[in-house]
Amino acid sequence: MDSIVCIKRVPQTTDLELKIDSSGKDIQKDRLTFDINESDSYAIEEAIRLKEKLGGTVTLVSIGEIGNDDIIRMGLAKGADSAIRIEYTGELDGFATAQLLKNTIKDLKFDIIFTGCMAQDDGYSMVGQTLAELLGIPYASLVVKLDVENNLATINRELEGSLIEKSEIKLPALFTIQTGINEPRYASLMAIRKAAGKEIKITDAKSTELVKNTTITKLFTPPPSKQAEILPGTTDEKAVKLTGILKEKGVI
Amino acid sequence: MKDIFILIEHRRGEIRNISFELLTKARELSEKTGGKVTALLLGHQTESFINEIKSSAHRIIVIEDEKLKDFNSEYYTATLFNVLTTEKPFLTLIGHTAFGIDIAPALGSKLNIPVATDCIGIEIDNNIIVTRQMYGGKLNATINFKDSSQFLVTVRQGAFPVSETNLSVEHPAMAATEITKTPSTLTEDIAAIKFLEYIEAATGGVDITKANIVIGIGRGVKEQENLKIIEDFAQAIGGVVGCSRPVADSGWLPKDRQVGSSGKTIKPKLYIAMGISGASQHISGMKGSETIIAINKDPNAPIFNEANYGIVDDLFKVIPALKKKIEELK
Repeated sequence: MDSIVCIKRVPQTTDLELKIDSSGKDIQKDRLTFDINESDSYAIEEAIRLKEKLGGTVTLVSIGEIGNDDIIRMGLAKGADSAIRIEYTGELDGFATAQLLKNTIKDLKFDIIFTGCMAQDDGYSMVGQTLAELLGIPYASLVVKLDVENNLATINRELEGSLIEKSEIKLPALFTIQTGINEPRYASLMAIRKAAGKEIKITDAKSTELVKNTTITKLFTPPPSKQAEILPGTTDEKAVKLTGILKEKGVI
Repeated sequence: MKDIFILIEHRRGEIRNISFELLTKARELSEKTGGKVTALLLGHQTESFINEIKSSAHRIIVIEDEKLKDFNSEYYTATLFNVLTTEKPFLTLIGHTAFGIDIAPALGSKLNIPVATDCIGIEIDNNIIVTRQMYGGKLNATINFKDSSQFLVTVRQGAFPVSETNLSVEHPAMAATEITKTPSTLTEDIAAIKFLEYIEAATGGVDITKANIVIGIGRGVKEQENLKIIEDFAQAIGGVVGCSRPVADSGWLPKDRQVGSSGKTIKPKLYIAMGISGASQHISGMKGSETIIAINKDPNAPIFNEANYGIVDDLFKVIPALKKKIEELK
C-alpha cells in the first residue's frame, strides 16, 4: 500500500494579534513561528499506520521554500520513507495549489493520497477534492475512520450534529483527513537525527504556468457581531463583577 | 441575465436549514441583479421537498433518481456537471457543509470555473466579490475572482440567517414557480464510491444539550491534568463540562462533549468558554446560549465577538477567584 501525504507549513496564530502587512493582502509573518498544518499531521499518522499494517511506502509532498524542510523532516522522522518539496514562492489559491500538486503526483505510484481536511491559515477545505478531480480518482473528505482491505477502503466521514456517513471507496483514492482520527505519534530523538540526513527531492515549479482562480484583495479585522463587555480590574475584581452579573441573571 | 442556482441539501428525508439560508441570499442577490433564482433538487421521492421550497425560487429543477437519495459525491457531481453545463448559471451557491465541502471544489474544477469556499459575504457587480474568514476567524479577506461567465461559491452555515420576513413573504414572481423535471443521466456502476449507512455517534453519561450551565474548555486548558480544576469548578457552579474540537481530538473528553457544528448544539442558560479561541465551527454550536462568558488571555480571540461578557486573563487565576466568590454567595 503506497501512500502520498500532502503537507502544508502554516503560521501558528493562536493567542496572537495578527498584523496586516503594507500590501494589505497578507499578514506580517516575520515574527511568527511555523509548524505543520494540524490535520496534515493526522494525515501523516494515518499513512504511517497503514504502512505498518499492510506494508508499502509513504511519500511526503509539500509546496514551498526551504523552510518547509522542517515539517518534512519531522514527517520522515515519524516514519515516512521519502519526500518531495515543490519549490515555489508566492501566493497560491486552492486551485493553483491543487494544480502544482497534480503536476508532481501524476508521475508517482500510489494507492492512496492523504491530505488534511482544512488548512489552519486560509481555511479553504478544497485542495484535496480538487486534486482528486484533476487526477481523475475518487475521494472522500472529512474522513474520521479508515479501513483498507483488498483495494477497497471503508471510511467514515464526519457530518454535522454528531452524525457519521459510512461508505466504501475503490482504490486508488484520495482522503482528506479530519483531526482526531488518530493520535499522531512523536518522533524519537534518534529518528529525528536520522531524518536530518535524509534526502528531500526538490522539484522546481518556479516557471510553471498556474491558473489562479481567486485573489485576496484585502485583509481586515472582522466587525464584531456582538462585542463582549470586557470586565476590567484585577483578577479578583473581575471575579466579583462576574459573580454579580451571574447572580443578577439568576444563573447562580 | 445573472441567474443564480442554489443546490438544495437534504439528509434522511429532510431539507437542511442551509438550503433556506441559500435561498434567502439568492433572493436578495437576484433582487439587485434582476436574474432568476433556480433551486436544484436532486434526490429520490422529492415531492414534499418541492412544496417546502416552492415559494422561495422562480424555478425548481428536479432530478429524481434512487442513486441520489443518499449522498454520493460521484453521482452528485456527474449530475450537477450536466445541469450546470447546460444551464450555465452566472452563480451557483452550495452550502459549506460536509456535503458541500465534498462536492463543490471538484465540481468547480470539472466545470473549469472558479470556486471560493466558506464565504460569509457575496456581492455581485460586473463580477463577484466575496468575503471569507482566515486564520481561524481572526481576519476577514475580500476575494476577487478571475474573469469567468460562471462562478461557484460555498456559503458558511449561519452566515445568511433565514428571517421571518425574507422567505415567508411571497415574492410575486416566485408565486408561479416553474418546475422542470429533468431525467437523470446516471447510468449503473459509474461509481467507485458506495454509500453504506449513517451512524449516530454513541452518547455517554453526560448530556450537555440538557444542562443549564455548560463550561466549555479549549486549547487554553493546556494539559489534561488541568481538567480536574475545571471539573471542580463546574461542580461548584452546578454545570457540566463541554469542549471545543482540539480537546476532544486529544481524547481528554469524550466526543459527545464536543460543542460545535460537527458535535452538539447547545442552548444553556449560561455558557462559559474557557481558553476557547472561537472557531466558527464551535460558535455555531453555542451561539444560542442565553448568556455567554468568555475567559481567554488573548484579547483578540474571536470568541469575544460572540460573548456577552469577557475576561481577559489567565484562566487558572480566574477559576479559583471565581469559585471562591461563588461559594461565598451560597
